[in-house]
Amino acid sequence: MDYIPNIVFALLLTAGIGFFIRNIKKLSRNIKLGKDVDVSDNKSVRWKNMAKIALGQTKMVVRPIPGILHIIVYLGFIIINIEVLEIIIDGVFGTHRIFAPLGRGYNFLIGSFEILALLVIVAIAMFWLRRNIIKIKRFLKPEMEGWPKKDGNMILYIELVLMFLFLTMNGADYQLQQLHAEHYTVAGAFPVSQFIAQFFDGMAVSTLILIERTCWWLHIIGILCFLNYLYYSKHLHILLAFPNTYYGNLKPKGQFRNLEAVTKEVKLMMDPSVDPFAAAAEDAPIPEKFGASDVMDLSWVQLLNAYTCTECGRCTSECPANQTGKMLSPRKIMMDTRDRLEEVGKNIDSNKGTFVTDGKQLLDSYITKEELWACTSCNACVEACPVSIDPLSIIMDMRQYLVMEQSAAPSDLNNMMGNIENNGAPWPFNQMDRLNWKTES
Amino acid sequence: MGNELKVPTMAELFAAGQQPEVLFWVGCAGSFDDRAKKITKAFVKILNKAGVSFAVLGTEESCTGDPAKRAGNEFLFQMQAVTNIEVMNGYGIKKVVTACPHCFNTLKNEYPGLGGNYDVMHHTQFLTKLVEEGKITLEGGSYKGKRITYHDPCYLGRANNVYEAPRDLIRKLDAELVEMKSCKQRGLCCGAGGAQMFKEPEKGDKDVNVERTEQALEKKPEIIATACPFCNTMMTDGVKSKEKETSIAVVDIAELIATAENL
Ligand code: SF4
Ligand code: SF4
Repeated sequence: MDYIPNIVFALLLTAGIGFFIRNIKKLSRNIKLGKDVDVSDNKSVRWKNMAKIALGQTKMVVRPIPGILHIIVYLGFIIINIEVLEIIIDGVFGTHRIFAPLGRGYNFLIGSFEILALLVIVAIAMFWLRRNIIKIKRFLKPEMEGWPKKDGNMILYIELVLMFLFLTMNGADYQLQQLHAEHYTVAGAFPVSQFIAQFFDGMAVSTLILIERTCWWLHIIGILCFLNYLYYSKHLHILLAFPNTYYGNLKPKGQFRNLEAVTKEVKLMMDPSVDPFAAAAEDAPIPEKFGASDVMDLSWVQLLNAYTCTECGRCTSECPANQTGKMLSPRKIMMDTRDRLEEVGKNIDSNKGTFVTDGKQLLDSYITKEELWACTSCNACVEACPVSIDPLSIIMDMRQYLVMEQSAAPSDLNNMMGNIENNGAPWPFNQMDRLNWKTES
Repeated sequence: MGNELKVPTMAELFAAGQQPEVLFWVGCAGSFDDRAKKITKAFVKILNKAGVSFAVLGTEESCTGDPAKRAGNEFLFQMQAVTNIEVMNGYGIKKVVTACPHCFNTLKNEYPGLGGNYDVMHHTQFLTKLVEEGKITLEGGSYKGKRITYHDPCYLGRANNVYEAPRDLIRKLDAELVEMKSCKQRGLCCGAGGAQMFKEPEKGDKDVNVERTEQALEKKPEIIATACPFCNTMMTDGVKSKEKETSIAVVDIAELIATAENL
């Protein structure tokens, strides 16, 4: 009978991790729906970027207040995970505080976890205030209504509960240690939870054990739930920020990709030895679709971007179009891409592995032309993103589809392009007049 | 002073068996827009004074294709690029300088993949080099102590990380450089990029150039310095919309230097 808790724990752990792996598989399948791009270059620069931006949080502190708060929660998250390791070992083997023999080192660890946990609680409270009471503008944009807003708060509540469970567990443990309860070896330092322990004064050992065990179980169950909540949440970034910053763009931000398929056609057109009126060869491949109208037309890095987006809105709050009241919001571009990708993934799941047309696509069903045409390609969103997401590249790919596949540019732009084609300038001036400025006074 | 501008074309030099050191890529705005033409001329005056060996393509120059590419017309862009590259490679051009950040970005970053490999400089970088080499000496004089705020063009700043060259030049004029709320990496766009220059803005509650002009006005500058013909247009319009055109001038860095040099 003594083994029942161990078995229950092992089952819970397997279920939690198993479900998580299933989600990760789905995630990776969906990301692979994107087109291939070669990002195998400059490995050392990529590792450095990941270390700096994801691990080092360099972009977060551009805005110091949320930046520092975020670093606290992030450190808390990473460091308190060492404690989770202990919990897992204890759970599986029925031990208690297996790392306790580390002695002073252990005291230091537990002590610092506690201080971090307290700081995390403070940071979470501030984050909650910023989202709900202070009403920071970037959290109130239309794309944040409904689920995204709930999601943002939910994360805060889960984290808060986890921290309280952790501290309460330690408080009960500390009290038990002082009562020399069996099993509860004296170990650890409890700079924060010793204050909680005061509430336990006079409680019976059995009650204390009940409290300690309940918190312990709820804590680990909470962590497993949290792990599985990630896939449905903007909180996926705690994992994906790493690959995403690794695969981030290394070229100058102004350099847009030259489409190879177009290069081939242009070379053919410019080649005088090719007869323009010759019938197309029978075996000529079906011309590639230019640009993007749905998620499958984007690259897998762009799809990874969509899953990584933290919905922080730093991009949107720097966007000149959004600042002046236009419909465009680069954050919404990323959220729409993720939502559509999820929809496509579900479609594939329910149709035995193949995508069945559903009369929808990313363009129009999610992202409107009005949004796409409002972009000034200023790169402010790209610069602002703390996890190296490039919303502009999606906007540009979709514009390419609009112009090259649908000839659906605004008429002013069609005029501009007609001018370039005919006179080599975006305005209706004659190319022969290009040097007139030299002699004009 | 001989006011005659010396602007040789590549074709003329080629016929005379000469090769200039650098091609001055004038760009469409610099060639056709009345305000931008003044910037072109100011830059040429400096080149002439510094004795730089340069030439322009003149009627052989054609749009780089930048606005077409940003509008989504990759086809037209590449047609333009391939044509221009053919002309430039034909003349064996190695170095290019341009006063337009859009041309600069496209020539520097997007032409190499299509066979056009040049050492491309923005005119603010080129001018900084001329100062370093002692070919022009900047003495503040007329700009001493003037409050100047500098507007970062997106395609020079964020797109290509050039933030200091234009600022160094302004400081060398002994002017008081004041920074706007959003500057450098976080500079706010003037609203012209991405082919917006050529269309009506989408529905909103304000124009981007007005927003940016308001940021500039907060700093109470005497001069708003620009380094892009399109930014210049946008900021000029913004200043006009605030009815400040009599007290605040919108001036390209090349013009600042040409004026300081009494050119
Ligand atoms: S590049 Fe486009 S979407 Fe991004 S900030 Fe600039 S205008 Fe907004
Ligand atoms: S794209 Fe980047 S900056 Fe924009 S909301 Fe997502 S994570 Fe934040």
